[in-house]
Amino acid sequence: MAAGVATWLPFARAAAVGWLPLAKKTMPKPPVDNSSRSDEILYVNVSGVRFQTWKNTLDRYPDTLLGSSEKEFFYNEDTQEYFFDRDHEMFRHILNFYRTGKLHYPRHECIQAFDEELAFYGIVPEIIGDCCMEEYRDRKKENQERLAEDTEANESTDAPLPPHSTHRERLWRAFENPHTSTMALVFYYVTGFFIAVSVIANVVETVPCRPPKGKVGDLPCGEKYHLAFFCMDTACVLIFTFEYLMRLFAAPSRCKFMRSVMSVIDVVAIMPYYIGLVMPENEDVSGAFVTLRVFRVFRIFKFSRHSQGLRILGYTLKSCASELGFLLFSLTMAIIIFATVMFYAEKGTKSSTFTSIPASFWYTIVTMTTLGYGDMVPSTIAGKIFGSICSLSGVLVIALPVPVIVSNFSRIYHQNQRADKMRAQQKVRLARIRMAKKGTTNAFLQYKEDHTLGDRDSGSTALCVKNRSAFEHQHHHLLHCLEKTTNHEFTDEMTYSELCMTESVGFRTSRSTSLSSQQGAQNNSTGCCPRRARRRAAMRLANSTVSVSRGSVQELDTLHFKTTAIPPQTRSSLNAQPDDLKLNCGEQDFSAAIISIPTPPANTPDESLPPSPAPLAGILRNTRATAYTHDTVKISSL
Amino acid sequence: MKSRSQDQSLSDSRELDRSYDPLTGNPRSKPNKKTIKQRFLKLLPCYHSGSSPSINQTGSITDEGELSTVCYRPEGLDNLVQQTKFSKKELQVLYRGFKNECPSGVVNEDTFKTIYSQFFPLGDSSMYAHFLFEAFDTHNNGLVSFEDFAVSLSIILRGSITDKLNWAFNLYDLNKDGCITKEEMTDIMHSIYNMMGKHTYPSIKESAPKEHVDIFFQKMDKNKDGVVTIEEFLETCQKDQNIMQSMNLFDNVI
Repeated sequence: MAAGVATWLPFARAAAVGWLPLAKKTMPKPPVDNSSRSDEILYVNVSGVRFQTWKNTLDRYPDTLLGSSEKEFFYNEDTQEYFFDRDHEMFRHILNFYRTGKLHYPRHECIQAFDEELAFYGIVPEIIGDCCMEEYRDRKKENQERLAEDTEANESTDAPLPPHSTHRERLWRAFENPHTSTMALVFYYVTGFFIAVSVIANVVETVPCRPPKGKVGDLPCGEKYHLAFFCMDTACVLIFTFEYLMRLFAAPSRCKFMRSVMSVIDVVAIMPYYIGLVMPENEDVSGAFVTLRVFRVFRIFKFSRHSQGLRILGYTLKSCASELGFLLFSLTMAIIIFATVMFYAEKGTKSSTFTSIPASFWYTIVTMTTLGYGDMVPSTIAGKIFGSICSLSGVLVIALPVPVIVSNFSRIYHQNQRADKMRAQQKVRLARIRMAKKGTTNAFLQYKEDHTLGDRDSGSTALCVKNRSAFEHQHHHLLHCLEKTTNHEFTDEMTYSELCMTESVGFRTSRSTSLSSQQGAQNNSTGCCPRRARRRAAMRLANSTVSVSRGSVQELDTLHFKTTAIPPQTRSSLNAQPDDLKLNCGEQDFSAAIISIPTPPANTPDESLPPSPAPLAGILRNTRATAYTHDTVKISSL
Repeated sequence: MKSRSQDQSLSDSRELDRSYDPLTGNPRSKPNKKTIKQRFLKLLPCYHSGSSPSINQTGSITDEGELSTVCYRPEGLDNLVQQTKFSKKELQVLYRGFKNECPSGVVNEDTFKTIYSQFFPLGDSSMYAHFLFEAFDTHNNGLVSFEDFAVSLSIILRGSITDKLNWAFNLYDLNKDGCITKEEMTDIMHSIYNMMGKHTYPSIKESAPKEHVDIFFQKMDKNKDGVVTIEEFLETCQKDQNIMQSMNLFDNVI
């Protein structure tokens, strides 16, 4: 019930005295009211701004935070007030709701912030007053649309393909997003070029050329150079057919694809050619055949795959269908009315062009759209009067739905702009996210390293412990606890992928140098990320520089363990049993020993790797740097 | 484009029939109806919007389109404390609630009906609200000011039992002529039973109010003259223990 009703309840109860003399039965006892009779003023401090209100005001809505006992959680004994660490400007509106019973939405506020405040104070948005409800709903819908777009853009098909995609999926992606691969891009431009060629050929073949010798009268170019045009047409149609069949093959849902607009356009574009091939050179049928050639112009619609603006226009028209329908309907009504009037007005005059009402339709249309060809002109005075009324009203009728269509177009266009901007910023954003993630991983690994080194060398830890907040300390401790619980360790992306990459077939381990081992890694296409591994190997060979990151900590080389199937927990297991390395080898079993070859191609200090614990430390230290060299340690089968 | 529901658009011919306001879709409010004469007169430049005599001390009631400020301020708090048996604090609380609901300072009958319809949603309480309004409207001007409100409440809640019975009698006596006729009682009874609504157990028979009135008259009408006077009423009620005991039931509502 509304606040006002609560205020009137005592009065209604009091007025029930009027029933007492009439009552057939005895009245029930009234409920015991333990609440304090006197009203008191409550102080509510919202981030420094003090609000005061009667307790009764807040009690009006007992299912909200302020009206229930939930506010006691926020009561500050020292200052005898309720303290909320929220926005005081928004709180003003919330408090006004209690006072007046109507919730208003402040237009200058962000809709999400407002929603959050409402959620915090336990107020459902449905009670926003009528005055502000529409604005609220519109903003909310706009926000949701924007969020949906963002998530769509996040999952955009620009993201790299899952590694195990079939040829069909790759093909489809190449068609949908040409800029993902160069082949697709090339194909995209080639088809665009051929569309243009086809359309131009269609246009040019009707241009009159000079007739060949011995004939009079102009001939359209199409007939003069019949063969050339035919060849061009054939080539274009072949390309289009090939493209269509490829798309059909690659489409994830063939039925859906065949029903889509673009596919229909494709079919319509190429059908006339085939029908023309099939049909005999019959005089009767060639008339229809000529009509079919008109459909060739539909090839120009194929450009909509290449042009976003065209797509937007099409989408706008589709979404404005109701306005366009209304425009059409009102125009039709007006045309019929005016045509009838003009016909009867001009009926008397001889040699009048207004021979029938349908004939007057033409005049009405031409006049209402202010074209005014002048082929039909009223001659009577009445006709002229009505003709002028017709032209004036035409301007009005056409001008009315147009702004709606324009605003629709503008909205959709801006949405698209936003989507494009999102895509462009996507890469930057992803890179930033990756870096942030790496930062936290590195920070954690740094913490662990300090933890282990802390016993040995207190000097260096002092350097590294600075600049880490209590929050980070506790967070890292938590991660460390998790590691201990599961007996696995966190690593960062690069090291993990290197582990993946250097898994070999296993037996043919050699004592070759690091370079050849890397080549060996390249030869092995097994493993989780062979392609990536190859790429990374190439990268590593390319920039084998060392960056010394922090302090005086030396950089050691990572260990590469060549095994068959290396899950990421290899290190821990290696750490545990350095001598007897029974890795998760699957079918092959071999005991391996670590042979370290500490010869980096760059200027890291030569350091033979000490056995077990230090390799761990070495790995950790290495993972801090962004670019560093690796050495491979081969485990040879004994 | 804000998608409006389709059914709003072309199928609505109400604005053509001029029964609804085309902008808001609401039925045209009655107060805007004016006589043809009034409309014509308004067009004349010499016509001043003659406000029908404003009921209250300040403000004026004006024609449609202009601001109407009806504002009634009660006399001072101290006066009211003297007139009623409420304490200052109680009056303050009362007035705050009252003013919040009716910023103009007066309650009209429609508000009463709205309030009661919210408290008794199952039945039709408009009749009873009307009678109650008449009982509260001691000045018979169609509006209940805060003073009337407070005075009546003071009688109901803080008055002696005789005062309360007097008030109840006043409620039943629709034409305020000092005696309750059978017709008046029947009306009151109907209005009360209407508030119950249709879905009751046992279901209300058509004759139930009539029977109840008969019982009432049997009890109250001592000289069997078909009307109940105030003396008869008081006498009977004071003899009835049940009524006397229940009279203090609602004293704690405020």
